[in-house]
Amino acid sequence: MRFLTVSQLNTYLRDLLDADDLLNDVWVEGEVSSFNRHFSGHCYFTLKEGDAQIGAVMWKSVAARMATLPANGDAVLAHGRVAFYEVRGQVQLYVDTLRPAGIGVLQAQFERLKERLAAEGLFDQSRKRPLPSLPRRIGIVTSPTGAALQDMLNILRRRYPLAEVIFAPCQVQGAGAVDTIIEALYALYETDVDVIIVARGGGAAEDLWTFNDERLARAVFASPVPVVSGVGHETDTTLIDFVADVRAPTPSAAAELVSPDMTELIDDIRQLRNRLDAAMTQRLTGARDEVSHLNRRLALCSPERRIRRDRQYIDDLIRRATIMLERRIALAHAHLDGVRGRLQALSPLATLDRGYAVVQSTTGALITDASLVAPDDCIEVTVRRGSFRARVK
Amino acid sequence: MSANEPVPGEEYETLYIRLQQIVEQLETGDLPLARALALYEEGVATAEACQRLLDQAALRVRNLMGDQSPAAAEADV
Repeated sequence: MRFLTVSQLNTYLRDLLDADDLLNDVWVEGEVSSFNRHFSGHCYFTLKEGDAQIGAVMWKSVAARMATLPANGDAVLAHGRVAFYEVRGQVQLYVDTLRPAGIGVLQAQFERLKERLAAEGLFDQSRKRPLPSLPRRIGIVTSPTGAALQDMLNILRRRYPLAEVIFAPCQVQGAGAVDTIIEALYALYETDVDVIIVARGGGAAEDLWTFNDERLARAVFASPVPVVSGVGHETDTTLIDFVADVRAPTPSAAAELVSPDMTELIDDIRQLRNRLDAAMTQRLTGARDEVSHLNRRLALCSPERRIRRDRQYIDDLIRRATIMLERRIALAHAHLDGVRGRLQALSPLATLDRGYAVVQSTTGALITDASLVAPDDCIEVTVRRGSFRARVK
Repeated sequence: MSANEPVPGEEYETLYIRLQQIVEQLETGDLPLARALALYEEGVATAEACQRLLDQAALRVRNLMGDQSPAAAEADV
């Protein structure tokens, strides 16, 4: 058995609680009561649930970050650490994050916000942009320490190492996370990225709540390039998923969505190469066909063919000329025979046959009148057979 | 932030689009033979350049907040 002073006991209790991991990082759900904001700015209240209660402290700095302070009766979800307050001998919850709690409250708020933003057109399908098929620079907004970043880099390295990643680190949970994400987004808007991934690995619904922030939704809406959200696991849906141009179920899936697959690219090049060869082969075949066609036409008008044709024509002419000539000769013969017949009919020789004689002067003039001769003239007398000279008496 | 130096992806995109154009032009088929042959040669060279870029690519990571973060250190490995 030990004897302790009160302060020894309280110090012991304080150390005991401080050494406990669970108590140093815990979410507590309960109802606010006895809320009191001290003039110093610090807030003191009690969290109740059924018959149980615990004192809670929210420092001024935490309270200052809250849009509205909780009111008595509010169901809240408080994050912080549980410690022993020696002065009063009380166990207290030191709150660093306070949110409306209960599926109902939280969900109702979320639905209202979603409806409002939808009515404003932030989720319109018509403004969803297609992802670039070959992104040159890929912006990534996520925690520098999370596994999500390495998962995404590994996928990009494997699938599409042609790209350059521009990494804008941010906090993905805790107080102030929203501001760092918005800052990272706007830093990327100043660069020449083609697409942006906003990612966070899986976590409790409370941890993902950061991505339901209205200001963040508007920052994503303002993006000049397509945004892919990859927050949490497949089953998680946050506000940013509705605003993003494309929603990916996980960070890894987001990395796959923005990157074409290298093996497909290689295939693509191979296919283009094949089409190139096929087109060229076809063009060459076409050219060859053209040449052989021309060759045929050329053969048709070759001089050899002309000569053959001409030779035939000449033969024909000769043949026709021969026939013509023969016919002319025959005709001449016939004509000659006719003339000869007529000549014979007219010939005086036939008259001489009958005993007549032709009398001519020595100069050969025919003597058809007795007055043409005088006595002693010499005349030539022709009879049927021969001729003789005679003297006129 | 550093200046906009060209990245392999940019070069690849340019080459890829050119290759597509060449193939489509050749496939329409009514080009003079000399032009077709020149296009074909360019196409073969472009396809090879694409292939080379794909073979040699290594992901580059630039950290907007400086290069001290684990991500950048990891990327240099």
